[in-house]
Amino acid sequence: MNAPTKAFDPSQVKEAPSRFRTALGKYRVSRSAKCIVCGLCVDVCPLGVNEKIGGRITSPRDYKCLGPKCPTACFKQCPVQAITVRTDPTFETMGDYRWTGDMLVSTYYMCETGRVPQNGLEYRTGASDGGFDKLRLIFPKDPGHVSPDEVDTSIELNRTGDGRPQIDIPFPVYGGGMSFGSVSIRAIVGRMKAATALNSFCCTGEGGYPDDLIPYDDHVITQVATGLFGVREETIQRVRIVEFKYAQGAKPGLGGHLLGDKVTPAVAKMREAVVGSALFSPFPFHSVYSVEDHKKHIDWIKATNSKALVSVKVSTPTDVDMVAVGSYFAGAHIIHLDGSYGGTGAAPDIAKKNIAMPIEYAVPMVHRFLVAEGIRDKITLIASGGIRTPHDLIKIVALGADGIVTGTADMVAMECVRCHNCESGRGCARGIATTDTGLVELMESDWVAQRLINMYQAWRAEVQRILAKMGLKSIRQLVGRTEFLAHLDYLPDHVDGEIEY
Amino acid sequence: MPAKYHIHTQETPPRFKALIRSGVIAWEEGCLKCAVCVKKQCVYKVYDQRNLDGRQMLDSIDTLCKDCYRCVQGCPARLINKAVNPEYLQIGDDLFTPEIITKTWNQAATGKIPVSGAGYGGKFSGKGFDAMWTDMSEIVRPTRDGIHGREYISTGVDLGRKDMYLKAGKNGEMKLPTYPSVRIEHPVLLQVPSFGAIRKPFLLGLAAAARQLLTQAIIPAAVIDRDFRPHLAHVVPSLEPNIGLDEKMLSKVSMVEIADHPKVMHQVAKIKKKSSKVAVIVKVPLNKKSPARCLELVQTGAEVIHLAGNDDGRENTPKNARYIKDAIADVHQKLVENNLRDTVSLITSGGIALAEHVAKGIICGSDAIVADLALLVAVECRVCRGCKQGLPCPVCIEDVTADWTTHRMVNLLGAWHNQLLEISGAMGIRDIRRMRGERGRAMFFEELEKMVFAGLGKPAAK
Repeated sequence: MNAPTKAFDPSQVKEAPSRFRTALGKYRVSRSAKCIVCGLCVDVCPLGVNEKIGGRITSPRDYKCLGPKCPTACFKQCPVQAITVRTDPTFETMGDYRWTGDMLVSTYYMCETGRVPQNGLEYRTGASDGGFDKLRLIFPKDPGHVSPDEVDTSIELNRTGDGRPQIDIPFPVYGGGMSFGSVSIRAIVGRMKAATALNSFCCTGEGGYPDDLIPYDDHVITQVATGLFGVREETIQRVRIVEFKYAQGAKPGLGGHLLGDKVTPAVAKMREAVVGSALFSPFPFHSVYSVEDHKKHIDWIKATNSKALVSVKVSTPTDVDMVAVGSYFAGAHIIHLDGSYGGTGAAPDIAKKNIAMPIEYAVPMVHRFLVAEGIRDKITLIASGGIRTPHDLIKIVALGADGIVTGTADMVAMECVRCHNCESGRGCARGIATTDTGLVELMESDWVAQRLINMYQAWRAEVQRILAKMGLKSIRQLVGRTEFLAHLDYLPDHVDGEIEY
Repeated sequence: MPAKYHIHTQETPPRFKALIRSGVIAWEEGCLKCAVCVKKQCVYKVYDQRNLDGRQMLDSIDTLCKDCYRCVQGCPARLINKAVNPEYLQIGDDLFTPEIITKTWNQAATGKIPVSGAGYGGKFSGKGFDAMWTDMSEIVRPTRDGIHGREYISTGVDLGRKDMYLKAGKNGEMKLPTYPSVRIEHPVLLQVPSFGAIRKPFLLGLAAAARQLLTQAIIPAAVIDRDFRPHLAHVVPSLEPNIGLDEKMLSKVSMVEIADHPKVMHQVAKIKKKSSKVAVIVKVPLNKKSPARCLELVQTGAEVIHLAGNDDGRENTPKNARYIKDAIADVHQKLVENNLRDTVSLITSGGIALAEHVAKGIICGSDAIVADLALLVAVECRVCRGCKQGLPCPVCIEDVTADWTTHRMVNLLGAWHNQLLEISGAMGIRDIRRMRGERGRAMFFEELEKMVFAGLGKPAAK
């Protein structure tokens, strides 16, 4: 079942361009009336930015343009100076400190092509001025020869030795919970298809287990959260991993809230609720007020499904290390820490910004504590909450995680622009976080799957490139290796290697 | 059991259209006249509702647009673009950023807390209160569900002097404390901002808001006249050193504030002699001297101390001013060490811009918080400070009515209250008084950075 599969075979990458007429990009190529349609610009551009259609030339793919620094610049070679290239003013309105415009359009690029962008876009870090965005990688001077192709990126999800199945995933990423209701069924099915193709997993979130997912059962993680929406014995028995959601990073300590508008007949049926009526998921599990209660919870799942692994998803309070140790002793296989800057369909801004700590602090705290307790190699530590790029993945593993869960990156793969309006009116205007029958039509699940496959292929190639440069043959060797990291505010006097800025 | 505290908010539209971060630029020239134009397909019907505000020269497509980029990406001739609005970037200052100002306007208009989709898009951390995170309860500690009303979280605070222990008389009878205690149901007092095109209706609106919110409004004694009479139980006349207060007013108010001076406790004694029911606040500039000064004041009987920071959220000192979060903690700590903290109430002002500043100020050791500039922003101030230079107010704050001002302030404080419940609920705190000084239930940037990042890049110890 877990033998290496064809996941991450380069042949899985297939071009998956934007769903919209014009893709969003950093540069805008414009052509004045002086153009004599000589076609030179079409010939000099290796990226196919310009196109000759009938008697005129257009720039339909200027999102691929290398910008003013292009070595074979069409605008320099144009015999009549008809072409100008500049930053698109629209681009300047895109993104925020965490997901900058650069990061959004480079993620779109990865999803289209399966490769990281080469046009100088900053695809590695954002502009949040702290955490991941101030961490840099250190490459040792003499790493020894490791070829990127031979770097093993797989991780184990069951390290307890409790006789339950060993499950390996070829790349240390799986999909975080997004419920039916918060996102469209096409988004969910697309994510499940990608998880299947990549031999990984994807979580249902708290919205129940739609029948459309049955073909992907082996790659579904079903979530048991405080509202217990759609949780039934047969859904627990279908899957290989069950996730308990104790808290969510974006709204730690607060319950879930699905607005009435999103409770369509299909959603209501799935959740056994009333159409149009807002659904609250309480906080916390009112049946769990101690580690003993917590163990009882996990035992319940284990008794219902004798083969399933259990993941416990918690947020990051001051005593997150104690929570992690408690989860281990309660019998969890995976402890999943969701940091405070994680995604959500809707949450109070005050919670997103202020409650609980960022994942960059929580992971090393927990890792060190588990090491000190002598149980670090008995549990899989998964991190999420603001992990956006392959560089973030490398950094959080070096800080002590085994692997990560993504959510927002998947949304961006589906062309989310982070307008933050998932919750208003008919839901997402781009057809992702919505159950509106009209808007759902904007996206096909096969396209979603291909975009995600492409993105993770690009991520994996980048991770292999970085690990090879560090002289590591496996990502498992990177766990907790903080000597490969530098923080711009606390650079050591002497670095044994080269810092990548 | 007393009635549960509830704030009645009501939709109170602004007088001016809000400034937005980015606008739509839609060219007409080169339009292909498509059969179905992307503008017709706008999910939010922005173009269908299009109109021009003649007074402000604002096109409604700018204010209604929700940045989905569908039209930008859909127009075959690429005639629609978005562009950053320079006017938006210019409003406010380092503390009251354009984002905070526009969110405050929204809360003042609707009384609703800011909610949005997707994760936090802001900076990792920041200065002052942005360098701390609050705790949440998980598995082993119950949270409290305050927002959905399943559990009642009290936000009331009793201001005044308290004894550290009960005293008995000669015959063993209980001597009840004789100090006045003023209950505020919202741990935020209101105060007249240090600048603004402020006229009497604004002040009356402020006083009425304090009355509705069951808190207190600190207003210079000199401007309080008979029109304030209905609100006097919720008005704190603020006095300059050695100025008296007429006995009639003194009999109506619950609290009086006096600016600190060397003989301030004499002045306090004089007022107490005239009316023993009045609790007196001593207003002390918040700076490095305040721990020692507050200790002195408390030892000589101060009941409530107002630690006054600056509008920029820092200490009241010319050089190396720290953020008030650290300065409050010093005062709190000093009083704790001297076993006097519970005898006195501390209230703090200085750049309180967001609901989270209230929670964090309390966590750092204050009993309650004083809002001022935020109240001016509630009535649409853009923090341009033009009024300080004698320039006309761009949003005519001099023209506001008292009622409208009250509604806007009640809405803002109502939204803040709900946000306070979110923070308390997540911490598992059912009474805001339990939050005071709970620094162990917060996480501080400096400490976490040192613990996690300071050792990076060094070979791991074997």
